Amino acid sequence: MLTVRHLTKSYRSAQEQVAVLRGVDLDVAAGESVALTGESGSGKSTLLHLIAGLDQADGGDITLENVVTTGLPDAARAALRRDRLGLVFQQFNLIPSLNVADNLAFQSRIAGRHDAVWQDELVERLGLAALLKRYPEQLSGGQQQRVAIGRALASKPLLLLADEPTGNLDEETADSVLSLARDLVARTGCGFLMVTHSARLAATLDRQVQLHAGLIR
Amino acid sequence: MLLSHWRRHPMQLATLLVGLIAATALWSGVQALNQQARASYDRAAATFGGARTAMLVGRDRAAVSQDLFVDLRRAGWPVSPMLEGRVPIGGRTIRLLGIEPVTLPVEASATAEVGKGGVQAFITPPGQTLISPETLADLGLMEGATPAIGDALKLPPLRVQPQLVQGVLVVDIGIAQTLLKMPGQISRLLIGKANGPRAPLEQVTGNQLRQVEPDAETDLERLTDSFHLNLTAFGLLSFVVGLFIVNSAIGLGFEQRLPMLRTLRACGVSARLLNTVLLVELVSIAVVAGLIGLVCGYFIAASLLPDVAASLRGLYGATIPGQLTPKPEWWLAGLAISVLGALAAATSSLLKAVRLPLLAAAQPYAWQQAQSRWLTLQGALAAIVLTGAAGVLLLGDSLIAGFVVLAALLIGAALALPVILGLVLALGERSTRRPLTKWFWADSRLQLSGLSLALMALLLALAVNVGVGTMVESFSRTFTGWLDGRLAAEIYLNASSEQQAVEIKRWLKPRPEVKAVLPGSRTDVQLSGLPVEVLGFADHATYRQQWPLLEATSDAWDRVRSGDAAFISEQLSRRLKLGVGDRLEVPALSGNWQLQIVGIYADYGNPKGQLGVNIDALVNRFPAISQTRMGLRVQPADVPALIAAIQQQFGLDGRNLADQATVKAESLRIFNRTFAVTAALNAFTLGVAGVALLTSLLTLSNSRLPQLAPLWAIGITRRRLAGIELLKTLSVALITALLALPLGLAVAWCLIAVVNVKAFGWRLPFNVFPLQLIQLLGVAMLASLLAALLPIVKLLRMQPAKLVKVFADER
Ligand SMILES: Nc1ncnc2c1ncn2[C@@H]1O[C@H](COP(=O)(O)OP(=O)(O)OP(=O)(O)O)[C@@H](O)[C@H]1O
Ligand SMILES: [Mg+2]
Repeated sequence: MLTVRHLTKSYRSAQEQVAVLRGVDLDVAAGESVALTGESGSGKSTLLHLIAGLDQADGGDITLENVVTTGLPDAARAALRRDRLGLVFQQFNLIPSLNVADNLAFQSRIAGRHDAVWQDELVERLGLAALLKRYPEQLSGGQQQRVAIGRALASKPLLLLADEPTGNLDEETADSVLSLARDLVARTGCGFLMVTHSARLAATLDRQVQLHAGLIR
Repeated sequence: MLLSHWRRHPMQLATLLVGLIAATALWSGVQALNQQARASYDRAAATFGGARTAMLVGRDRAAVSQDLFVDLRRAGWPVSPMLEGRVPIGGRTIRLLGIEPVTLPVEASATAEVGKGGVQAFITPPGQTLISPETLADLGLMEGATPAIGDALKLPPLRVQPQLVQGVLVVDIGIAQTLLKMPGQISRLLIGKANGPRAPLEQVTGNQLRQVEPDAETDLERLTDSFHLNLTAFGLLSFVVGLFIVNSAIGLGFEQRLPMLRTLRACGVSARLLNTVLLVELVSIAVVAGLIGLVCGYFIAASLLPDVAASLRGLYGATIPGQLTPKPEWWLAGLAISVLGALAAATSSLLKAVRLPLLAAAQPYAWQQAQSRWLTLQGALAAIVLTGAAGVLLLGDSLIAGFVVLAALLIGAALALPVILGLVLALGERSTRRPLTKWFWADSRLQLSGLSLALMALLLALAVNVGVGTMVESFSRTFTGWLDGRLAAEIYLNASSEQQAVEIKRWLKPRPEVKAVLPGSRTDVQLSGLPVEVLGFADHATYRQQWPLLEATSDAWDRVRSGDAAFISEQLSRRLKLGVGDRLEVPALSGNWQLQIVGIYADYGNPKGQLGVNIDALVNRFPAISQTRMGLRVQPADVPALIAAIQQQFGLDGRNLADQATVKAESLRIFNRTFAVTAALNAFTLGVAGVALLTSLLTLSNSRLPQLAPLWAIGITRRRLAGIELLKTLSVALITALLALPLGLAVAWCLIAVVNVKAFGWRLPFNVFPLQLIQLLGVAMLASLLAALLPIVKLLRMQPAKLVKVFADER
């Protein structure tokens, strides 16, 4: 479903050009969950951002469900994120001025794919029923990430991308959040690509890939 | 180390400086104008016989013999003689005053100089000529010079006297009699305040002299007070608006430095040291900004001075010099106000620094709860202030009370603004289910606390603009209509003597273009201690149709013709608390004149009270009254030719012969210049409010990334986000502007119905000018658009990497 071929990306810092990705190849099949690991600064986030269309690659192709997304204009990439992807970051996933219920429904509504039954199920499975009227800053880190996952999955994306979604959480909370995510991903049958530092968490997914020196190993 | 913050955020420093500079500049500019005017009033009042004194003058104001002076002194009258004339110097003619320093009443003199052992030098030949420094410079002369006047005569050596009013030369009366070739003559006698037995005037001098009461118009300070109070109020408003900017800049700078302050504290730097450093930094910035602000204020004042001078001259006959000379106190006061303002604006931030907890405080409330607590508090405060305003409005009865009401109204409305905005936005949020629309309202609400100060500034600036604009427009309409009524005749002339007046009338009679000759006369009387002018006019259709009556009985004109009824000017009716139907008594030679009031008329801009009576009745009661004035009804097309003919025939000059169009144009010109100052200050405040909005938006835009980034990640383009952001700013600005309109009208009402009545004694009809309101609304929206544009462009051009960073940055 997701195919990444020969992807390259470099950043120009003050003096030198830093090649972060030097020809990355990666596949994620529908229903498959993949852990992306690698040392700090190896380019994991960069790769995830390119797949999400948040940034432009220098070379190579990203294909999502037979659509080549590299080289699409800004607006098309935004539409792609809205309609096809679910994104969860380490922090600041939620819209501070909206309450939990509105945050959960936000993406599915603007994507025009709101499904009340599915959302209710998500609320129940993620244990958010009591929190619907709260605002993001009134939630703990784990609660916030649960809402973020719910928001991302509510629109039934093709692919869920997560960049250290449990990075700010303690081990126990991280485990429970991740297992919820895994269950729900399996339930929707979407692909799941997660960046993590934790070998323990990585091991719970279907497959692990490691980014090293700009290449997938 | 703390300073490095400003180097990294030059915009913030610039904002802080701009706010302080604007605040100081506007405030001190207005103060400079006020000081300048006050100083010149003092000088005018100090002129010899500058007419805070009562005096005796000849029947036709002609010169009289100085023997009368001796007679009166003998009869116990504390009088002092004065001779006035004009002398030619270097192609110009200058007013020359001859005084008698020994008998000059203390209150009528600025004899500081003359008195200091100088009397001898002043009165003994060659004597001295006192002159003001400006006049000396005008004439291009040096102190000690003895300029020639006319053919053979020379002035005594010039001696500069700084307190002296401009355009006057003062010499001893003996010298003046020689210079003016009027030996043994005097123009008038000033009456000192000394009380003692004195023989009745008629007994001493027969009917050669009459007493003239101190002129109301000379009490410049009291009269112009309201004008200066207006200016001060404007200065204060601008200052407050400027402080809004300062407050937001300091608040932001402080927020951003909190982590650094915490780190420093954690490293063991004492709280006291940190606070001292912060304070010193703030004060130095304030001093620098204050100095720049003072220079700007000087230029603002200098550029407004001509207009201010013109209005004061037009409205009150007060002359103030065109050269701005700020006193040293002005500079110090300006710096002080800058520092105090900065400290006031920084209070909350500094207090936070003092109580800075070492650990970042966990947020106890969500923004919603915090906001509703804040709004409740503000709402309560607003209610208290507005109730206070209503109370003062009901109970207060002075000019100051009027301004207190105005201030309370504005402050209360400003405090209530966020509450109202919050309600409107919450309503909007509730009314929609579409996620983006909902976010639009919710996020506007979230931004409210950050924007509210700037919006308050916008509200105040707009409301004052609406208020003053409405007042000026009301005034302008009323004034032109009123001028039409008061200046009904096409030509006004004042003959040089009664004999000439009779000749002119005879000459006019056979001329076909003259439709009517309307004689007019006036005399001064005292009513309950107030100087009042009694105006006599003919019974003619011209007046019946055009006289600007505000209120009258149905048979008013017939009653006035019968001679036992009068119209009263609005000011006088307010001051004497007399209305239609009431009676009053005017002291006349042949006993008191009983008059019933049958109408009240508008007499805008006249500081003196006035009564209008039938001219025949007036002449009957005051037989000695001069009958030299008349108005002529002529077809407008015939006016120039007739004026030329009268000029040629009778040698009347422009001062004694005027056509209505010229008089009207002159009145309107004065009027327009008066309000040019207000318009300029209005524009300044609106500009400052725009800057306040811009700085707040810039400030907010820095902290908005975490709020916008999730939306962008979810799939809303930057362009769309920028559009929504712009729309958000414009809609809160629009709501604010819409609220400012009724507030502005309330301000206008306050100005018209309270402040003007107290300050001038007349009340204008209150009108609403929709076109003007729409125009102001447009200007406000344009200002908001301009203010919103910069942050929007910043967002549009933001690199995705910067947005992405929000999610990856570990904080
Ligand atoms: N906007 C940027 N400009 C310049 N260099 C950048 C930029 N973003 C990332 N880099 C560089 O690219 C490299 C990869 O960064 P990236 O954030 O992808 O690493 P990462 O694997 O996610 O690291 P971490 O595990 O710490 O999150 C780093 O060396 C980083 O310094
Ligand atoms: Mg990363």
